[in-house]
Amino acid sequence: MKTLVWVEHDGTSVKDATLSTVTAASKLGEVHLLVAGHGVGAVAEAAAKIAGVGKVHVADDAAYAHALAENVAPLVAKLMESHDAFLVPATTNGKNIAPRVAALLDVMQISDILSVESEDTFTRPIYAGNAIATVQTKDAKKVISVRGTAFEKVATEGGSGTIEAVDTTGDAGVSTYVGSEIAASERPELTSAKIIVSGGRALGSSEQFHTLIDPLADKLGAGVGASRAAVDAGYAPNDYQVGQTGKIVAPEVYVAVGISGAIQHLAGMKDSKVIVAINKDEDAPIFQVADFGLVGDLFKLVPELTEKL
Amino acid sequence: MRVLVPVKRVLDYNVKPRVKADGSGVDLANVKMSMNPFDEIAVEEAIRLKDKGVTEIVVVSIGEQKAQETLRTALAMGADRAILIVTEDKVEPLGVAKLLAKIVEEEKPDLVILGKQAIDDDNNQTGQMLAGLLGVGQATFASKVELGADSVTVTREVDGGSETETLKLPAIITVDLRLNEPRYASLPNIMKAKSKPLAQKTAADYGVDVSPRLTTLKVVEPAKRSAGIKVADVDELVAKLKSMGVAK
Ligand SMILES: Cc1cc2nc3c(=O)[nH]c(=O)nc-3n(C[C@H](O)[C@H](O)[C@H](O)COP(=O)(O)OP(=O)(O)OC[C@H]3O[C@@H](n4cnc5c(N)ncnc54)[C@H](O)[C@@H]3O)c2cc1C
Ligand SMILES: Nc1ncnc2c1ncn2[C@@H]1O[C@H](COP(=O)(O)O)[C@@H](O)[C@H]1O
Repeated sequence: MKTLVWVEHDGTSVKDATLSTVTAASKLGEVHLLVAGHGVGAVAEAAAKIAGVGKVHVADDAAYAHALAENVAPLVAKLMESHDAFLVPATTNGKNIAPRVAALLDVMQISDILSVESEDTFTRPIYAGNAIATVQTKDAKKVISVRGTAFEKVATEGGSGTIEAVDTTGDAGVSTYVGSEIAASERPELTSAKIIVSGGRALGSSEQFHTLIDPLADKLGAGVGASRAAVDAGYAPNDYQVGQTGKIVAPEVYVAVGISGAIQHLAGMKDSKVIVAINKDEDAPIFQVADFGLVGDLFKLVPELTEKL
Repeated sequence: MRVLVPVKRVLDYNVKPRVKADGSGVDLANVKMSMNPFDEIAVEEAIRLKDKGVTEIVVVSIGEQKAQETLRTALAMGADRAILIVTEDKVEPLGVAKLLAKIVEEEKPDLVILGKQAIDDDNNQTGQMLAGLLGVGQATFASKVELGADSVTVTREVDGGSETETLKLPAIITVDLRLNEPRYASLPNIMKAKSKPLAQKTAADYGVDVSPRLTTLKVVEPAKRSAGIKVADVDELVAKLKSMGVAK
């Protein structure tokens, strides 16, 4: 089988999410990559070095600059004439593009796979990860999104893919990119952080969130996450949200501070290796999944913990 | 301007899903079912756009007879009329998108607002598929919607922050959690909703083949995490973290 993997990038470098998707694709067959964007020569060079990749298709055109699904989907559909499976990481870009491609190809997408059981059979979470379904597809061509935490990342070096330019399919003329606000952060990205400290509603304000959570995260070299309640209340930006409808993370250590442990939150972090929870309610559901639970007032415990580390 | 809002009936988000012992799926017998939470947000957004030039809101659901209740809820919130495409079989996002495309041909809405994902199968596909079938613009994960005369500008929640796009109408929007807070229907509105029009159709009426492409071989519970221990104080936690090599 020939697979085509969507390379997630920021215009200059390949994002980590790509690397686990390559692993999933390699279980199906030969791995080709698609680098779409504008001025993405450096990304293509880096992509060609990813371990185990064959061809790197590069679509360099203004129409692809912001990965608008309306412009990218026809490009992918055309490349799929000579590929059998299209795989994207389950990032917001991947989730935006893949179903549109599936519709153009008249196939049913398989979302968020956790494993490749065979050429046509996969496992995937349903009901916020409270159940795992094994699904088999009848479609000849496959469109798949891949949960990054479920697959190892391939090495970024060692490959020798051949770069091949592909013709543009042009601008579909139905959508225009206006702008974006992407927060620059020194911290490790949530989906690849080894340690994550997350804060919940109990933090009470944006100021307290930052004065308590940030120093603890700094001490641990951790990424910072949040519950939906904390994000909704404006204590933390939206891209911090961990959960069914936020980011799915599985770090070595996840520290939940003042988070109750609703199933929608657990859905995003219960595959972490070690879970630490700090909560004043000893019956909080978060303790049912925590390896180490500390019961008490976070406003006292967190500064003490930060200091003693 | 007309807005179409597809709504799905799903297991209520407060109910803990239970996997059936025979591995055939999640037990939906005698449990509370509700409108998919994202779809409530979609309905709410459509209603709020009534001040901005929207004149009619049509809600549609594909599902069993009981999905009527879900449609009535949307009508009670403020939608004007409803269409139920009755099917006893499960219809996948591709099939749903194909049926919706037919309804769009008939109803010619300027906007279709969907939830970003249905919280049962967590697919996150239907809106994007519909946009692909229709060849129109799509804005997923919307956290802000500004409707103009022939375009709509949408702010989207993306990895790392937010992004804004302008789409030509007609267009497809899928909504994220922070777009708005859906209203509760008042009692008088619930009463009024009972007499609002609700048309019943079948997939066959639209001549669309919605037979599934995926077969679910089995459904199991995920590996359970066993609860760990409670530590007595911060010192004990620090010691644990140190022994794991997390802290020095
Ligand atoms: C469709 C849908 C999708 C959702 N998606 C997500 C998602 O992706 N991610 C997500 O997180 N949620 C999600 N939610 C929301 C989820 O259901 C919960 O409402 C949310 O996770 C609660 O956040 P929280 O734990 O911070 O707040 P709360 O539930 O209010 O918990 C606060 C906790 O802090 C503790 N506490 C209070 N004061 C202190 C103190 N001084 N010291 C120590 N502990 C204290 C309390 O005991 C409590 O356990 C979703 C909901 C819906 C309906
Ligand atoms: N059976 C259905 N009936 C009506 N709308 C649906 C149905 N299935 C999905 N949708 C819509 O599509 C959105 C995304 O669903 P999904 O792609 O299944 O995650 C939902 O939030 C609904 O707005």
